[in-house]
Amino acid sequence: MESESIIKSFKEKFTAEILEITEKNHKRVVITIKPDSLLNLAKYLYKDAGFRFIIASAIHTKRGFEIHYHFSKDSAGLILNLHVILDRNNPEVESLSNMFNASNWIEREMHELFGINFLNHPNQDKLISEGNWAEGVYPYRKEFKSNSEEKE
Amino acid sequence: MSRKTLIPIGPYHPLQEEPELFKLYCDGEIVKDIQWVTGYNHRSIEKLSESKTYEQVFFLVERICGICSTSHPFAFANAVEEIVGIEPTDRAKYIRSIIGELERIHSHLLWVGLAGHFLGYNTVFMWAWKYREPVLDLFEMITGNRNSYAMFRVGGVRRDIESDKIAAIRKILSEVKTKTDLLTGAVMDDPVIHARLKGVGILTKQDVIDYGAVGPTARASGVAIDVRKDDPYAAYPLVNWKVITAQAGDVFAKAEVRLLEMYESISIIEQCLKGLEKEKEGDIMVKVNEIPEGIGHGRAEAPRGEVFHFVVSDGSNSPARHKIRAPSYVNIATFKKSCVGQTIADATITLAGVDPCYCCTERMAVVYDANSGEKIMNARELIDRSISKSHDLMEELKKNK
Repeated sequence: MESESIIKSFKEKFTAEILEITEKNHKRVVITIKPDSLLNLAKYLYKDAGFRFIIASAIHTKRGFEIHYHFSKDSAGLILNLHVILDRNNPEVESLSNMFNASNWIEREMHELFGINFLNHPNQDKLISEGNWAEGVYPYRKEFKSNSEEKE
Repeated sequence: MSRKTLIPIGPYHPLQEEPELFKLYCDGEIVKDIQWVTGYNHRSIEKLSESKTYEQVFFLVERICGICSTSHPFAFANAVEEIVGIEPTDRAKYIRSIIGELERIHSHLLWVGLAGHFLGYNTVFMWAWKYREPVLDLFEMITGNRNSYAMFRVGGVRRDIESDKIAAIRKILSEVKTKTDLLTGAVMDDPVIHARLKGVGILTKQDVIDYGAVGPTARASGVAIDVRKDDPYAAYPLVNWKVITAQAGDVFAKAEVRLLEMYESISIIEQCLKGLEKEKEGDIMVKVNEIPEGIGHGRAEAPRGEVFHFVVSDGSNSPARHKIRAPSYVNIATFKKSCVGQTIADATITLAGVDPCYCCTERMAVVYDANSGEKIMNARELIDRSISKSHDLMEELKKNK
């Protein structure tokens, strides 16, 4: 199978950077990596292995801020998540937008909704709440309560 | 730096139903740069989803888009079913695919009509929308709704397609096919449409890869990606069909891909109907007791490209995190490549080329001179400019004959 050999060669190449691998089946793989190595590994996936960047999902959990970078290898039907866990108090990670434009908007969005800082991003302006949202209030964080929730 | 004129299209787009603002920076007739402003109507559906139960989320995500309203529940069902680890019955799979493909047909017809309208071909507009109508009637017959069908749930579908309806579906489908022939012939043979759309708004293969564009936008540039083929779901692995691609990457190629895709959709539905006849009636649900902890990725090929849903479950009855990526999110970004260097008359059709869910709400497109602040053009005049270019081409072709 194409996807199995891709995952195998990825594992062998980056043993030092990989913290954990969860393989639900041969088409869905989550690889937890060290945040410092994100740029390097994403570069390998995009440039050498021919992956397409789908989107990134940020999650606010007990462990801090987690980001799943979803990559797709279309010929194999494989979705590979590069999963990083960022510091709770100072979440920041290297931006991927200098490598491909596909991540530009979603990084801006995660910046304004979660307050995650993307280093070396070409333009980290607000994407969806320009001019109608308070500075430093991040609505997708778990501690944020909407008006209706506060009343309860 | 030379003086540039700012042309805002928005904040309510004259072509698209969504409130969004394109700022075209023009030097004379040529677009030099483009900026996108959005968020006027941000509904925070991802956050809302965290406060709804899984059953309720289907109705919520169905309302993300009015035109491709079934693709979001489709992707969400795929994501949740991945968490639970179940597969729907074959009958439910066929019904899901039928709904998905009918939606593709009506959405592509809508696009062809509006594209024709903005080029000054109002006959194409009238035709396409007239032929779209029977498809909506079909939806009403099958689901009870012309739009927002509420057909999906975890483990299957809500309503069955009874055997006595199949003959009627076949009849309407064959009508749609004849009309599609007519429309495709008219569009593909018209020399003015060729002259007007070929070489306009070109997106190269490298641009598509760089921006991660999906759907007909990618396929028209020779990137053969289609979730239905690459990561098959529902009944797509059970039927025969092919992925339509074109190489040129211009607006004409996008139109070609969409027109030819409709034939594939009709063929898929016909095969699904045959499949339905083999399955036992009423066998449309797999019972799901609880959603365990875990993560799920759901993909579905909407008319505009891949819809992606990422669901994190903590074992409770609502998602802990629900990330949604609609195809237009990546496709709209490509305007930076396809629009720059075009004339203003071509900008409207280039912006429409990726089909970012639109209807004609011509409300606020007004052109101001960036320096004096003086009003120069309104939406009607912008569209007239696009239409008159088509007319000029027609005259020219007549002269050359």
